[in-house]
Amino acid sequence: MERAAALFEYLLRHGDSCLILGHRVAEWCGHAPELEEDIALANIGLDLTGQAEQFLAYAGTLEGKGRDADALAYSRDAWDFRNALLCERPNGDFAHTMVRQFLFDAWQVEAFAGLARASDARLAGIAAKAAKEAHYHLRHSGEWVVRLGDGTAESHARAQAAVDALWEYTGEFFETDAVVAALGDSVPDPAALKPAWNATVDEVLRAATLRRPKDGWTQTGGYAGRHSEALGHLLATMQFLPRAYPGATW
Amino acid sequence: MYTQGLNVADGDKSIPIERRDDPREAAFQRRVDAEEKIEPNDWMPEGYRKTLIRQISQHAHSEIVGMLPEGNWITRAPSLRRKMILLAKVQDEGGHGLYLYSAAETLGVSRAELVDQLLSGKAKYSSIFNYPTLTWADIGAIGWLVDGAAIMNQVPLCRCSYGPYARAMVRVCREESFHQRQGYELMLKLAQGTPEQKRMAQDALNRWWWPSLMMFGPSDAASIHSSRNMAWKIKRVSNDELRQKFVDVTVPQGHFLGLTFPDPELRFDAATGHWVHGPIDWSEFERVLAGDGPCNKERLAARRKAHADGAWVREAAAAHAAKRAARASRAAAE
Repeated sequence: MERAAALFEYLLRHGDSCLILGHRVAEWCGHAPELEEDIALANIGLDLTGQAEQFLAYAGTLEGKGRDADALAYSRDAWDFRNALLCERPNGDFAHTMVRQFLFDAWQVEAFAGLARASDARLAGIAAKAAKEAHYHLRHSGEWVVRLGDGTAESHARAQAAVDALWEYTGEFFETDAVVAALGDSVPDPAALKPAWNATVDEVLRAATLRRPKDGWTQTGGYAGRHSEALGHLLATMQFLPRAYPGATW
Repeated sequence: MYTQGLNVADGDKSIPIERRDDPREAAFQRRVDAEEKIEPNDWMPEGYRKTLIRQISQHAHSEIVGMLPEGNWITRAPSLRRKMILLAKVQDEGGHGLYLYSAAETLGVSRAELVDQLLSGKAKYSSIFNYPTLTWADIGAIGWLVDGAAIMNQVPLCRCSYGPYARAMVRVCREESFHQRQGYELMLKLAQGTPEQKRMAQDALNRWWWPSLMMFGPSDAASIHSSRNMAWKIKRVSNDELRQKFVDVTVPQGHFLGLTFPDPELRFDAATGHWVHGPIDWSEFERVLAGDGPCNKERLAARRKAHADGAWVREAAAAHAAKRAARASRAAAE
């Protein structure tokens, strides 16, 4: 695979993951368990959307076909999205949302730490700025996983159910494929992020008195454009206006 | 917002009348007259305290309920920039709610009590949020008109006699004026856009104009508590004066957008230099305030559901905090 094409794909993976998870988080707006969480979730959604904008803008520039971040976000169908499948999982209850966020944040912190040292200056710049946000998100989601796991019997059961349900979506982060191979040393090796992710996840699950599921079969395909049923509905909502009024600017 | 609540409740028995023979009352009034700020630990008449709790909590509730009609469009914002602006705005509103609840708590009431009053339907919030957001243009109209009206109401509150409220208002006003400009810019983009976008903008103005004028509350002649709240410097400018100021500022802005106001009697009076609007349908205001508006039931139901669904989360946080505290004290004892 040609390097520019591989980098385009790689940027979409990060950009789309941020975009789709940011959208999910923003769905909570006005409905969170307490006011402080409404504010925090809006803030996290905002950060992730901002990160998405940066990655997608770079992807559009690199592609050179005149597509900007909005064109990429609002005009592609599901099969051209490259987000990790975990990001499109529906919100479920607050435990599902927080566990999903935590499993993602723990990966994103490591991914951005590696990317901040990338030889590509623009990519490194995006990651360095986003890394600070990712650290804050991880602290927030990690603390919630601990509170829920080590809270009441009900919250423990809900948090464990969320971990059990979402675990099979975490393997995708660490897969290597032709895109990653084509980029060589210029981006972090996904598999190499796993030990640090394991350490973070184990520490939080232990503090939360939650059981780590066994690694087994892994849901995969998001990076190649094979998504769950959930993504189409998300896009139908998100892309409604630009699709209903083609040619309009907002 | 959100002074309208002060003007309801004719003969409200929950607000005690002042006792003219109390020397503390006279001393309090002298401080207010001298433009001194009243602080939480200062003596204050019970009526002053209760009036402020009611007004500040209504304002806080309005910020929280106001997140719902705007949140309705976050997932459908038509560009990444618009989505980020809207997320930031709704986040600001949650923040306003937080510091307003905190300001109310300085008067000896807990946030939990105030939230219960909202959820039980006992407390009011701004009636404007009982109207639906039907198109994307409504997000612009809320910023331009609703936040614009809110600023007119709130700028004088920065000089309110109660220190914590006045200081909260300074920050709130700064952010509201930012929201107002963003809302107007959104409308401008639509007004300069395709015929369909222009139609959206006009439709939004048609639906939001009159409710926005109602936000200032009944006309001065029909206002119950105004004179005492003026003397206490909780309210500093009358409803009609604020409404007029809003109309004078907003009508030229609407004309610049190329939009028409849904008021055939609207005209500029060269003699006074003011825009004169037609009669406001106060029966609609009273009806929506009393509960019969397009979204009253949905808004309250959404708040109740969020609160009920979140109960186990709040319980978990409290239980975990208690466990941590117990572990820490055990560790300290060893």
